[in-house]
Amino acid sequence: MAASVPDPEIPVLNLEDLGILRGVEVDADGCVLARLTPTYSGCPATQAIEQSVRNALVEAGFVNVRVEREMTPAWTTDWITDAGREKLRAFGIAPPVGAAAGKRALFEDVRVACPRCGSSDTACISEFGSTPCKAHYRCRACQEPFDYFKCL
Amino acid sequence: MADPKTLFTYVLRLADDHLINAQRLGEWCGHAPTLEEDLSLANIGLDLLGQARALYTYAGEVESEGRTEDELAFLRPEREYLNVLLVEQPNGDFAHTIARQLFYATYMLPFWEAMRASRDETLAAIAAKAAKEVTYHLRHASEWTIRLGDGTDESRQRMITALDDLVSYTGELFETDNVTDAIVDASIGCDPAMLREAWDATIAEVLARAKLEMPSAPWMQAGGRGGRHTEHFGHLLSELQYMQRTYPDMVW
Repeated sequence: MAASVPDPEIPVLNLEDLGILRGVEVDADGCVLARLTPTYSGCPATQAIEQSVRNALVEAGFVNVRVEREMTPAWTTDWITDAGREKLRAFGIAPPVGAAAGKRALFEDVRVACPRCGSSDTACISEFGSTPCKAHYRCRACQEPFDYFKCL
Repeated sequence: MADPKTLFTYVLRLADDHLINAQRLGEWCGHAPTLEEDLSLANIGLDLLGQARALYTYAGEVESEGRTEDELAFLRPEREYLNVLLVEQPNGDFAHTIARQLFYATYMLPFWEAMRASRDETLAAIAAKAAKEVTYHLRHASEWTIRLGDGTDESRQRMITALDDLVSYTGELFETDNVTDAIVDASIGCDPAMLREAWDATIAEVLARAKLEMPSAPWMQAGGRGGRHTEHFGHLLSELQYMQRTYPDMVW
């Protein structure tokens, strides 16, 4: 139930797809604790997501609900599920390329495929887009702009 | 273990660095040279603000006097802010902003990478996130430095002037004192002087690609860590603190 709460910015994705729901525990007294991990340090949606989870659990009938922020281990785009990546692509956002675990060289380039036409002839317009988690790209093949969910 | 007062000072310095830099970047919102830069600078500022919030919240917990992140961020007098002077320098033209961000991000990346090994769990957790975000900040500043340095005659000249104007503020990043000594002894923080080599190497690589030279700095500015700020800081604070001082206890 908490897992199916949608991301407020990218509503096709839910918290399970994003990998930010770390766990939900119910104790003997029926008190619920949901543990979430923030994506970016300054993500403005973090509080909205926590509130949505709280609301979802209250609506499901739980009276004592706690939502806690778990900072460790740090969230990484590696935790986005395969289903989540496919949903991103279908929505028009190119999913993260490669594993985040490896350290990128300062000037290393990433080949991103256009989510609309699939071409890899794309250009990065800006490393920062409509949200801190996305970069802005343009496809040279179909001429359409698109967002790219950055590796973190 | 470092005593709470020392740890509080250390975390507050870090938090102030981030808040003041974020404040400067926010000033570009609506005024940047291109729409993409309006977004980039604001987003970088947002990352820094998020890190600042985590740091202020932790500082408040360490201080144990009930001060919230907002009270720490917005209600201290000028002499109690402990940021390095570099981050309070005005945005100037775009070249000045890029030079400032280059100097700062080149320092913060190895700093946060080192802090991932901190014995302090909270700082290590903040570091794990911040290191990844700052990677993109450094990329942004480096690529712009190259475009401007190896650009037109005007962009090159502006970068040269910017580097010249800001180089004397870089020394403070590597300052050590009894606070940093105690933090290093407790394995909570990294020795700022240790970051010098990595900083020099990255700056050298970026400037070489930008066909720019590192200006010499016969002496370095200092004082921020002791609350002694430049002329600009009072003006910055009057904007930063306006709402909280005019409407005490306001909540969004």
